[in-house]
Amino acid sequence: MTLIDRTHRAGGSPQASAPLLRVSDVRKSYATPQGPIPVLKGVDLTLAAGESLALLGESGSGKSTLLHLIGGLDDADSGEIMLDGVRVTGQPDAERAALRRERIGIVFQQFNLVPSLTVAGNIAFQARIAGRFDAAWQEELMERLGLAALRHRYPEQLSGGQQQRVSIGRALAIRPRLLIADEPTGNLDEATGDEVMGLALDLIARTGCGFLMVTHSTRLARRLDRQVTLASGVLAGA
Amino acid sequence: MAPDRAFWIFATLLSHWRRHPLNFATLVIGLAVATALWSGVQALNQQARTSYDRAAQVFGDAGAASIVSAKGTSVAQEHYVALRRAGWKVSPVIEGSVRIGGVSYRLVGVEPLTVPKGSAVAGLATGGDLEAFLKAPGQTLVATETLRELGAAGGSRPVTEGKQALPPLVVTEAVAPGILVMDIGAAQVILGKPQQLTRLIGGQGEMPDEASLVAIGGDALKLEQPEERGDLARLTDSFHLNLTAFGLLAFIVGLFIVHASIGLAFEQRLGTLRTMRAVGVPLRLLMLVLVGEVVLLALLAGAIGMVCGYVIAAALLPDVAASLSGLYGAHVGGHLALQGRWWASGLGMASAGALAASAVSLLKVYRLPILAVAKPLAWREAQHAQLRRQGVLAAMCLVIGAIAFLWGRGLVAGFVVIAGVLLGAALLLPLLLAVVLRLGERRASGALAQWFWADTRLQLSGLSLALMALLLALAANVGVGTMVEGFRKTFTGWLDERLNSELYFDAAGAQEGGEIAEWLGRDPRVTAVLPVWKAETRIGGWPVDVYGTRDHATYRDHFTLLSHTADAWDRVRDGEGALISEQLARRMDIGLGSPLALPTADGVWELPVVGLYPDYGNPKGQVRVNVDHLVRHWADARRTSYSVRVAPSDAGALMTAMQSHFDGKIARIVDQASLKQISTQIFERTFAVTGALNTLTLIVSGIALFASLLTLSDLRLAQLAPVWALGVTRRKLMDLEIGKLLVLAAITAVLAVPLGLVLAWCLVAIVNVQAFGWRLPFHVFPTQWGLIVALALATAFLASIVPVVRLGRTAPQDLLKVFANER
Repeated sequence: MTLIDRTHRAGGSPQASAPLLRVSDVRKSYATPQGPIPVLKGVDLTLAAGESLALLGESGSGKSTLLHLIGGLDDADSGEIMLDGVRVTGQPDAERAALRRERIGIVFQQFNLVPSLTVAGNIAFQARIAGRFDAAWQEELMERLGLAALRHRYPEQLSGGQQQRVSIGRALAIRPRLLIADEPTGNLDEATGDEVMGLALDLIARTGCGFLMVTHSTRLARRLDRQVTLASGVLAGA
Repeated sequence: MAPDRAFWIFATLLSHWRRHPLNFATLVIGLAVATALWSGVQALNQQARTSYDRAAQVFGDAGAASIVSAKGTSVAQEHYVALRRAGWKVSPVIEGSVRIGGVSYRLVGVEPLTVPKGSAVAGLATGGDLEAFLKAPGQTLVATETLRELGAAGGSRPVTEGKQALPPLVVTEAVAPGILVMDIGAAQVILGKPQQLTRLIGGQGEMPDEASLVAIGGDALKLEQPEERGDLARLTDSFHLNLTAFGLLAFIVGLFIVHASIGLAFEQRLGTLRTMRAVGVPLRLLMLVLVGEVVLLALLAGAIGMVCGYVIAAALLPDVAASLSGLYGAHVGGHLALQGRWWASGLGMASAGALAASAVSLLKVYRLPILAVAKPLAWREAQHAQLRRQGVLAAMCLVIGAIAFLWGRGLVAGFVVIAGVLLGAALLLPLLLAVVLRLGERRASGALAQWFWADTRLQLSGLSLALMALLLALAANVGVGTMVEGFRKTFTGWLDERLNSELYFDAAGAQEGGEIAEWLGRDPRVTAVLPVWKAETRIGGWPVDVYGTRDHATYRDHFTLLSHTADAWDRVRDGEGALISEQLARRMDIGLGSPLALPTADGVWELPVVGLYPDYGNPKGQVRVNVDHLVRHWADARRTSYSVRVAPSDAGALMTAMQSHFDGKIARIVDQASLKQISTQIFERTFAVTGALNTLTLIVSGIALFASLLTLSDLRLAQLAPVWALGVTRRKLMDLEIGKLLVLAAITAVLAVPLGLVLAWCLVAIVNVQAFGWRLPFHVFPTQWGLIVALALATAFLASIVPVVRLGRTAPQDLLKVFANER
């Protein structure tokens, strides 16, 4: 399935649909003994449902910070982030936890699997606590990700590529409205990274969710609908 | 939805234990052992206290007042009759003790028709057995334990040492162990007190007021307000407090294991907890589930611990019962009867202990940022921060201990001093170890030697808790060992001085006693027959025995006095002074020259204190006066006990001659060696309990060390693999690992010796004085110290074997994984 096919299945031109994600003038700085260091200096961004966006930038440019703010893992100093009509910024912990649990799938560079759960247990975990567990969808995810034969294995018994596939499966198991990924192939070799990326994009298209990926790789970035670059705390090409 | 969510979070958390069974085992063992020792001690205390309560409540309402003789003697029966005639519903009671088969029993005579409602024997008045109880030969009501102790069957009639047959025995659970209840008429005959009563009791609102009492009995009677608890409960308080303190120490040492295990489990799960938070688990729910997990584990391990505690209590009960019987004459039921509150308090302690041990870890999770801060704290920095915190805590503990020492009063203050010193020293231990290891590192030459010291210091954070537990256990061993040995040495010497006569006998009665003494006086082998007559009284509500002895070289030359006036023995002889026991002096806060007011049968006898003497192990107060003056003030003093001076080689033959000549007129006769043996046995059994708890505490600390090493062994791989990769063999690494632990254990043991001596001093100079009223001389036993150091090294060696062997068996590919990107 091509990028265009996926875009159409998700509801026509991304530009034409209402934005799934809207980031408005978001600012964030970190306190240090030497004083606050501004990381994001007024970022504006939109993402439509079914659209995929690559966030590029140098190390320390604030890519991951922006991703964490969008994912409700951290809070902005000012500005507003709206996801699916729900405000993400300025919410208490419980509200942000609910948002993450029910609407956002997160894929980390370090996989962040639960070492004491099996492959099947890890994939099912978020869906279960979100009350969205669907056995058939879980099976399909495992089949498509090539994990069916590994369902009873523990993370320590898997290779890096396999672990990242489990991580993608966990994120998609809730059928999220938005999938965010922070350097998902950063710990994998090129061939494995490509393979994992292909599988991920395929499944993302099946769910019709928005996809926001932080990456250093312009090659991988080109496989997504749009690419934006974060430099000196502001976006170029948004 | 929330319960469902909580379930999956809970299930995920629990899955950690399935993957880490060793970590789970150490946690459960730690909690179970801590709970077992605590609940075992509590089971013993509860068993004993239940027996005391039953004994104190023969007449039901232990809080009711009673009428007694104003002069401390018996109540005349005519006063009882007069009060009844005046309409007061009082009931007569006579109490005394009888000896059967060498064991003392409390004999209680009651009048079943008038005994107040609610008393243990009240049912007799309406029950079908009333006639059998009243009609000759009557009945003796006893507990099952007493029947067993008497070695008699129901219906049999045991004979007292005074040759009186008891009415037939009938078992009832209403009577406490060690008590014989019978009709008052039968009791008066057996006790040899016809027409005499000990007191009059009555139900609420049925007792006369002071004015009515004076109108009927003049100044012969007085209304005695109840003491808050029975004598036994008060006398044995210290014994039970000491047991509780030991149980608590073992519990705290056990919690060190729990702290280490839970800390490790939380540390290993930090990644999982972060992931959970990242995928939407609310913090509050996560905390709730984590607390629930800790409580569930505590209940599970606690229940196992309770079962083990029961086994420990059952094993120690015979020694505890023997000690209580020997020291206090208390009869404790031989079968553990555990109440619901024992289970509740044990499981409550386990839960509270587990939550306390995991508090730091829970707080860490509460403050855990979802996003890992990209600022890994160097271990040295972390260790310094931890050592600083512990140093501050240690200082606080030591200051609290010092405050309690300087301004505190009572036994509790004594234990606060000990707790402050022990905890303060334990918290200081890692600091001292770090200093010693740094010195070692500086002095080391050669790369491997430097690595040895540096790596030992690196391990300190993970092992410090276990080493603190080891320090506490070793110090407790030194401290208690020093005290027990010191007590043994003092007690044996004191017994040698105190039990100076060759023979001791109790006559069946005063007349028989006089007869035997006269007969002995005619025997050329006998150099002296010394009466040891006794009266009982109370000073400040405390039971005190007053002994009357004759002036003799036996006492002047051998009776140990702690302090005395120059003419002490002359003044005692002339009835112008009294010797008092150390306990009594401390309790009444009196000393040499102080006036002593002795309540006697015919009023208060005032005489000055002319000497203080040690009376180790006696829970009662004691006064020694001249025997002639004793009988002048107490006409009913017990005149049956005598000691006999005779050449040791003639003692055996004289004893045989006395037995064949007087037979039934001698209630009991014992030679010096046997009496010493009996006294020493009581002592040994008392400290058998302490010794057992002491050993168990040391075993617990060994488990703590083992648990820490085992749980750390996986983490150690990352630290050892680089050294292995650089060419140090696994065998060499194993030796170095054992060496590191032995160094740490040796330093800990060396530090435990002075700490143990401080503990021993606290026990001897503070706790013993507060608890028992006497102070032991402080002795030190250097051979014990060598033993303790060897014991520490053995414990460390044993604890390190399994983890080190595991390390030795680690396959090269597992060591290589440390360097692999994909693990």
